[in-house]
Amino acid sequence: MSGGLHEAAPGRALRTLDLERHTVNVGPQHPATHGVLRLIMELEGETVTRADPHIGLLHRGTEKLIEYKSYLQAVPYFDRLDYVSPMCCEHAFALATEKLLGITVPDRGQWIRVLFSEITRILNHLLTIVHLALDIGAQSPSLWGYEEREKLLSFHEAVSGARFHANYFRPGGVSKDLPAGLADEIWAWSETFPKFLADLQNLLNDNRIFRQRLVDIGIISAEDALGMGFSGPNLRAAGIAWDLRRAQPYDKYGKVEFDIPVGRHGDCFDRYLVRINEMGESLKIIRQALQKMPQGPVKVQDNKITPPKRAEMKRSMEALIHHFKLYTEGYHVPAGTTYTAVEAPKGEFGVYLIADGTNHPYRCKIRATGFSHLQALEMMSKGHLLADAIAVLGSIDIVFGEVDR
Amino acid sequence: MSDATTPEVSAPDAPALDPFAVALGTLPGVASVIMERDERILHANRGDLAALMTVLRHDARFAFEQCMDVCGVDWPQREERFDVVYNLLSVTRNDRLRVIVSTDETASVPSVTGIWPGTAWWEREVFDLFGVTFDGLADHRRIVSDYGFEGHPLRKDFPLTGHVELRYDEEQKRVVYEKVALTQEFRNFDFLSPWEAMTTLPGDEKAHRPATSAPAVKP
Repeated sequence: MSGGLHEAAPGRALRTLDLERHTVNVGPQHPATHGVLRLIMELEGETVTRADPHIGLLHRGTEKLIEYKSYLQAVPYFDRLDYVSPMCCEHAFALATEKLLGITVPDRGQWIRVLFSEITRILNHLLTIVHLALDIGAQSPSLWGYEEREKLLSFHEAVSGARFHANYFRPGGVSKDLPAGLADEIWAWSETFPKFLADLQNLLNDNRIFRQRLVDIGIISAEDALGMGFSGPNLRAAGIAWDLRRAQPYDKYGKVEFDIPVGRHGDCFDRYLVRINEMGESLKIIRQALQKMPQGPVKVQDNKITPPKRAEMKRSMEALIHHFKLYTEGYHVPAGTTYTAVEAPKGEFGVYLIADGTNHPYRCKIRATGFSHLQALEMMSKGHLLADAIAVLGSIDIVFGEVDR
Repeated sequence: MSDATTPEVSAPDAPALDPFAVALGTLPGVASVIMERDERILHANRGDLAALMTVLRHDARFAFEQCMDVCGVDWPQREERFDVVYNLLSVTRNDRLRVIVSTDETASVPSVTGIWPGTAWWEREVFDLFGVTFDGLADHRRIVSDYGFEGHPLRKDFPLTGHVELRYDEEQKRVVYEKVALTQEFRNFDFLSPWEAMTTLPGDEKAHRPATSAPAVKP
């Protein structure tokens, strides 16, 4: 434009408008926010200067509700926290309750839990990776990933009757044994999965656009990651080889061999790489679990804690009484406290459980993994472009069911 | 199982203290260190919390690099009714520690956001759900509850059903807040069955009298 246009016309004052700073409201209904996140962003041009996540739009008061429910009734609430990896959330609560009850799950029950925790981990990582790709514009991985996820969800359905909200891991074991033939089906699937994984890596690892969008974006140093309370793949991507399955093994994790993939730079691409390599490690654990799983009971054989067999209930008076008492009153957990954490697919998922000797928890604090990660969004996306903030959000693996609780 | 005691007075499983616990005991503001079910619990004085946490974070003997969780617990019958519980994790030593301080509705707890920046949201959550304020926390906004929410939902005296409910009003074309109207009275069953709660039946007083407090009558 010629300079003349910028001069004030005769009789009118010159006004300067600063159009470069914007406050943008992203969400709460936006596909790239992975749920109901309201993100207030201050932008300078297209550069993020401030990102303030407003969470709580999916807050359902889970912790308060659990205080009014028996221990058995509390389990399904955990499915609805991280609905992408439901069984791992149940696992934390089951372990915490078992610790307070002072019971040990039979071997087969522990192996089934390990098996399904790892199936859940693959389910979760598949979703995260393909959604990350989708967020930055790649559509085919999501179609591939969802197809593979369906196979795994059919295993969920086979054991629990539900694809997502499984309610399968209970205090004292798992609700039912594997149906006949399922172990073979899982084994057959595990033969085919490496091919799929190789194809997915082939599609993404060296993809120019994918790398352009993720490498050196959202870097977090190891020290910052520790200070922000990171855990799981996000912490490992920053270069810290910390995995609760290895460091503080629970159930049968001490008896399986696997490697811990660790990143180096702590950027979005490393977080992706850690996840995709973890799926291969999970597959190893699944195969070991199938091989090492003994026959035997899948839950504690104490009918004060786990229900008797249904067939038995029809004939035995004792079993009928136990059944009735368990599903009305539940069991009383001795007074005590515990903080029990598991390595959920997203990181450390902990339950701080206070029992007061009655049949419902006095307090059940849920340590959600995504809460800490989302908090670091501002730190990681500051100075990047708006589109990169979306890539960062995709790479830290957020599910609002557990962030908001 | 039925003789419910309050958890905070539950006896430690292992009374013998190890050297690490002794080292913890010498730190400023430590009231007690106990082991319960293989988990180490440290009760601290509220005033010295910041100094204590700094040592726990930076001293190589402890090196708790991560504060995984900060949570509140409400004990309405106590004089200082709230506990603030910090679950610390050391990834270099592979160890956990639970630090507990107590407070009431008015006294602030020193914020540890300067030591672990990631605790800011957890402290905001404790403020939101329990109304405990943190001295030095820069951002005291509510975090999980609604904009303009009143009350602190995880307090034991806050009803499960809350005070207000929402619905979309077709006439006003917006969401309106109304006082909660329950179509059926709120039911909270007392599951302490009489067989378990009533341990001493009438007439059995002598049989159930503790032997230490009441010496048996000589024949």
